[in-house]
Amino acid sequence: MELTGAEITVRCLQEEGVEFLFGYPGGAVLHIYDAIFQQDSVLHVLVRHEQAATHAADGYARATGKPGVVLVTSGPGLTNAVTGIATAYMDSIPMVILSGQVPTKLIGNDAFQEVDSVGITRPCVKHNFLVKSTEDLAETIKKAFYIASTGRPGPVLVDIPKDVTVNTAEFVYPKKIKMRSYNPTLKGHTGQIKKAVDLMLGAKRPMMYTGGGVILGGASQELVTLCKALGYPVTNTLMGLGAYPATDAQFVGMLGMHGTYEANMAMHNTDVLVAIGARFDDRVTGDLQKFCPVAKIVQVDIDPSSIAKNVKVDVPIVGDVKGVLNSMAEMVKDGDRKPDADALAAWWAQIDEWRKIDSLGFTASDTLIKPQYVVQKLYEVTEGKAIVTSDVGQHQMWAAQYYHFDQPRRWINSGGLGTMGFGLPAAMGAKLGCPDLDVACVTGEGSIQMMLQELSTMLQYQTPVKVVNLNNKYLGMVRQWQEFFYQKRYSMSYMDALPDFVKLAESYGHVGMLIDKPGDVEGALREAFGLKDRTVFLDFLTDPEENVFPMIPSGGGHNEMILGGRDAMVSTSEEGMVLV
Amino acid sequence: MRHIISILLENEPGALSRVAGLFSARGYNIESLAVAPTEDESLSRLTLVTTGTEDIVEQIIKQLNKLIDVVKLVDLTEGAHIERELMLAKIRANAAEKRSEVMRLAEIFRGRIIDVTDSNYTVELTGTGHKLDAFLQSLEPGDLLEVVRSGVSGIARGQKGLRV
Ligand SMILES: Cc1ncc(C[n+]2csc(CCOP(=O)(O)OP(=O)(O)O)c2C)c(N)n1
Repeated sequence: MELTGAEITVRCLQEEGVEFLFGYPGGAVLHIYDAIFQQDSVLHVLVRHEQAATHAADGYARATGKPGVVLVTSGPGLTNAVTGIATAYMDSIPMVILSGQVPTKLIGNDAFQEVDSVGITRPCVKHNFLVKSTEDLAETIKKAFYIASTGRPGPVLVDIPKDVTVNTAEFVYPKKIKMRSYNPTLKGHTGQIKKAVDLMLGAKRPMMYTGGGVILGGASQELVTLCKALGYPVTNTLMGLGAYPATDAQFVGMLGMHGTYEANMAMHNTDVLVAIGARFDDRVTGDLQKFCPVAKIVQVDIDPSSIAKNVKVDVPIVGDVKGVLNSMAEMVKDGDRKPDADALAAWWAQIDEWRKIDSLGFTASDTLIKPQYVVQKLYEVTEGKAIVTSDVGQHQMWAAQYYHFDQPRRWINSGGLGTMGFGLPAAMGAKLGCPDLDVACVTGEGSIQMMLQELSTMLQYQTPVKVVNLNNKYLGMVRQWQEFFYQKRYSMSYMDALPDFVKLAESYGHVGMLIDKPGDVEGALREAFGLKDRTVFLDFLTDPEENVFPMIPSGGGHNEMILGGRDAMVSTSEEGMVLV
Repeated sequence: MRHIISILLENEPGALSRVAGLFSARGYNIESLAVAPTEDESLSRLTLVTTGTEDIVEQIIKQLNKLIDVVKLVDLTEGAHIERELMLAKIRANAAEKRSEVMRLAEIFRGRIIDVTDSNYTVELTGTGHKLDAFLQSLEPGDLLEVVRSGVSGIARGQKGLRV
């Protein structure tokens, strides 16, 4: 039977088992919306801004591992979605974006609500398509899901002109797809894996450094098995938190600009660094000249272009991390050679010395709420089991430092693009994907105002989230840099004229709470999480000038960390000043 | 180092702009880029000349391979290969001795005169970039009126071929 393009689109989503479609209607997609109206297996979530549709789909994808799906109209619908597409792209999140387009015969005529969607999104998608005829629609959507969710995942856009949704074609959904130019499943090279294992077993001061790739590749279990067999210290990147249980003794914390002293010092001193699904981002490496000065480096990644991009690698392994970690663990188990126990004991003794510095220690106060304290209490009240999303800024770093993630897919943040506004819609998407888990959004009064309107969507779809607003009345991370590097000239980092967040939450139909005393923090959190089916906005008035420590100033090396204290002096070199 | 990268690309709309966009977004050099359809109408063939350190060229090749529309590629400069470029040059030839001088030069470089007017000749010449440069340098200053070059096309020597 022939179906319209609009019906085909919806049928494709059903075939893919899509639960939620995050979208916003408009002229070019009206036929698709009509087809959505006439079915009920795909639930459409009507956001209040297209950027939120992409972040919500993204949060859903990060929490569940399934691709997030978005539908937007042409022109402004698509341009609004671009920030969220770029966010997903930078963090390799599987996402399929369907965008409406003006009718094929008007393309190129500057028609109403026309933009070159394929052109605008090209640099921030894994791939994109413009569908020219209804006959090609089903196969193109199939390809989009396939490309988005295999290999190194990423967003894929399908641009659908309005006439393509009206015209009819026979509907056949391909069961399988093969593309001669795209072959994503890669098994690591056995010879290389063997070489890597030899190097690892010969290490005196080994270090496992793992990133978001372990989570994307569903390889946490394999990582734990290997690390347990070796007894080596493990650090995770911001994107990789939860891949290795944070409460395990072998975990030395996050590394990088705001990583722990022990993680960064171990990086600086390691003789064999094993990088797994991590891309040597500048926030992680600091100054490349000073990075891991004595280490031989093993790097495992599914994307060949990630390997040796920033740092010279001694043993590169292209392959899916799950398979590679499995092979490594087997080789370690079956081989005669064991890790060097004496060297390892000495190495752990050294690491324990570094640990004693207690680089995440902070002084609690009776009068001012310390933001770190709020996250600590959040961790305790939720027993470390919640999904925590965050926005971007100081609060993001505190959430990463003080909430100890023991499981993958529980920590959801925009690491690569650093998109303020991500947290709230991502929390909504995560809650839809994992209705049985508590979801908290740790945010700041700056970030939350970028996507605040989604409180409305959250009421409509009953997605109870606890918003933990660390309200320092500053664009805190900006202020921190201005304090250190611009002699406290706080240019445009003060958020004046803040709304009454309690009333605001209430007017959106949620619960609002204002907390301004340290003694009330825990009680408020317990009360909020007790309200299982309500979204609660907790506005914590925190110490306005608290800083994130430890810190490696831009241009510094891992051994050039500045530890905490209100009066800590942080400065950077002239070269550091041009770095972000 | 100069590299000649030969690519088989899906003949899809927008495929070429993905290649060009990659180079501009990542700040890689393109010295020349020649594109045309192949005997298989679903594919086009690109020859791209770029320069960069070995690390950068390695990244360029990896990034190109990552593009979904790139079916296959080879770095021709890694092995024995032939490169050719086509040039059309309009040259002043308004006096008898100029005319014979241009004819002589064209002959030396194995070019052909393909258009003639009272005041100029148009010369067609193929060869490596160096040869074309040498030809242009041997003209009298001011005599070159217009030049069009195709960019390099290349192919590997011997049995090896770039096919799907
Ligand atoms: C969309 C966007 N614009 C600007 C920035 C730059 N930026 C990074 S952190 C930050 C301040 C965030 O302030 P707030 O949300 O209040 O969090 P805090 O740092 O105070 O915890 C800004 C402006 C950004 N990351 N994203």
